[in-house]
Amino acid sequence: MASQSLRQWLLTDAPASRRQAVLGGTYRGLTSILRNPTAMAGLVIVTILVLMAIFAPLFAMGKDPIAQDLAVRLAAPSAEHWFGTDELGRDIFARTLYGAQVTLTIVALVSVVVVPIGLAVGTVAGYFGGWVDAVLMRITDIFLAFPRLVLALAFAAALGPGIENAVIAISLTAWPAYARIARSETMAIAQSDFIQSVVLQGASTWRILFRHVVPLCLSSVIVRLTLDMAGIILTAAGLGFLGLGAQPPTAEWGAMVSSGRDVILDQWWVATIPGVAIFIVSLGFNLLGDGLRDVFDPKASS
Amino acid sequence: MPNSTRSGSPLLRFAGRVVSFLLTLAITFVGLTAVTFFISRLTKIDPVLAVVGDKATQAAYDAAYLALGLDQPLPMQYLIYLRRLLSGDFGVSVLTARPVLTDLLRVFPATFELATIATLLGVAIGVPAGVLAAARKGRLADHVIRVIGLFGYSVPVFWLGLVGLFVFYGKLGWVSGPGRLDIFYQDIVTRRTGVILTDSAIEGNWEIFANAFSHLILPASILGYFSLAYIARMTRSFMIDQLSQEYITAARIKGNSYWRTVWFHAFPNIMVPLVTVIGLSYATLLEGAVLTETVFAWPGLGLYITRALFNSDMNAVLGGTILVGAVFITINLVSDLLYRLFDPRLRTS
Repeated sequence: MASQSLRQWLLTDAPASRRQAVLGGTYRGLTSILRNPTAMAGLVIVTILVLMAIFAPLFAMGKDPIAQDLAVRLAAPSAEHWFGTDELGRDIFARTLYGAQVTLTIVALVSVVVVPIGLAVGTVAGYFGGWVDAVLMRITDIFLAFPRLVLALAFAAALGPGIENAVIAISLTAWPAYARIARSETMAIAQSDFIQSVVLQGASTWRILFRHVVPLCLSSVIVRLTLDMAGIILTAAGLGFLGLGAQPPTAEWGAMVSSGRDVILDQWWVATIPGVAIFIVSLGFNLLGDGLRDVFDPKASS
Repeated sequence: MPNSTRSGSPLLRFAGRVVSFLLTLAITFVGLTAVTFFISRLTKIDPVLAVVGDKATQAAYDAAYLALGLDQPLPMQYLIYLRRLLSGDFGVSVLTARPVLTDLLRVFPATFELATIATLLGVAIGVPAGVLAAARKGRLADHVIRVIGLFGYSVPVFWLGLVGLFVFYGKLGWVSGPGRLDIFYQDIVTRRTGVILTDSAIEGNWEIFANAFSHLILPASILGYFSLAYIARMTRSFMIDQLSQEYITAARIKGNSYWRTVWFHAFPNIMVPLVTVIGLSYATLLEGAVLTETVFAWPGLGLYITRALFNSDMNAVLGGTILVGAVFITINLVSDLLYRLFDPRLRTS
């Protein structure tokens, strides 16, 4: 009976406090995600990725992802080496597990860089309008028209290979989409009555932007970010494949595929297994993103 | 501009659109070159040493330093850089010792051939698939097409290329391996367009044509798969919009069959946005070709850039970036312009 009344308290049409409203909103969002099979499948895959990254040492059962053993190089999958070994005799199962850490790091760093920049540019442009908007959006359009992978290549080439530079390169070409979204949301929000009343109460512009506009932009930005994740992972893996991402001996999926290139005809597992890992993880983010879009923005999904 | 063009004659409006298009193109190009200029200053490679080599005397070094305009303030350096680019001077490639522009023009046809065939495949399959998915929304065909599309959005292109080579070249032997031609056939056909399929067809050398085709079909299919996924998804959502309109119901009431309504009433109305989508996917393929070319040793722009990259050949890397960027920007903006010119609703408003 207690759970029934908690449900009612959460789903009430007239929340008595801000806390109740927030909790109710969260509850509604969560239940609709749970009811959406696409989103759930994605959520499960992404959760497994996070767990893999955190507990990599545990799951690898003491196997070192960078320990070489030339005696068993290019060994086929077996009870000892579940996914076989690579050209230096390293255990591919352990390397795949540890590779999740690298992928997750890149994804997290890109999000941390891209979202604030996009939100700042987009909300300022949308709120102030006029020439500020014109200038900021022109800059955004210029970056939006750039070829992503090639520019990332050029940046990585100039700065030298490495995860940090791969993140910078990807971020530079990824932020404009968020600025666009934040701007259009802000333009709609700025028109609404509650913003007018906050202005009349004497709130400063920055307070309005940070406390009232940004929180309302977040949900569409997060949906877009989830949908973008697959692209970010694929670009990062592509840079890794070309040798411009994480440097050896770090286990990175793209670089692992690349190391299996020469032996693809005879030792297929070396290139195939990390590729499957990349595929499953980007699939997970794609499914989660599709599901979140259905939940948060039923109009856009068709 | 908006007011004057809106009230003027159709011809004036058209001219206004074209002028604003060219202006956008110019601004975006300046932005692109500003970024490549920035990158070229970011790199730790000494641009002077790249020109004169590390055995040059101090005098030669200083002369090259001045010739490159490195004593000028940064904005001036950028203007010098821009003027050089506009006159077609992309510098000399360290790797090939030829002007970068010559190199780029030599490798571009290979990428063009690959991306064009890939787009043709993507359109030929993606558009009907998208229409079918929309017409059969929520049924089996829709789900199958959705899964195929989702796979395309999630799979790394370089990995799919390797697996494709493994299966279709290594195991089944249906196609030829990496490269554009077997060594046996190389440099026989006179280079006219640089596109081997057309060059060999002009000479009527069908043996080489067949060989080139057997090399091309696998990378083109793999690349085309990605444009198929995107085109099918967009076609589906455009078609669903149209099929929910009242004129469809009206056409059905008049006694048209369902498929006739789909193809002759709804489909013509999505052609304009579809052109934009195809343009965008073509532009994306040009850069998607970078990874595919690396896997298939396809001697195009992508392979050229990656090779230059590992030899610290910044002139070649940035020249390639500018070419890809310029083509990308132009295709983007042209498809946007086409959309505005040919959509009657946007024309009148």
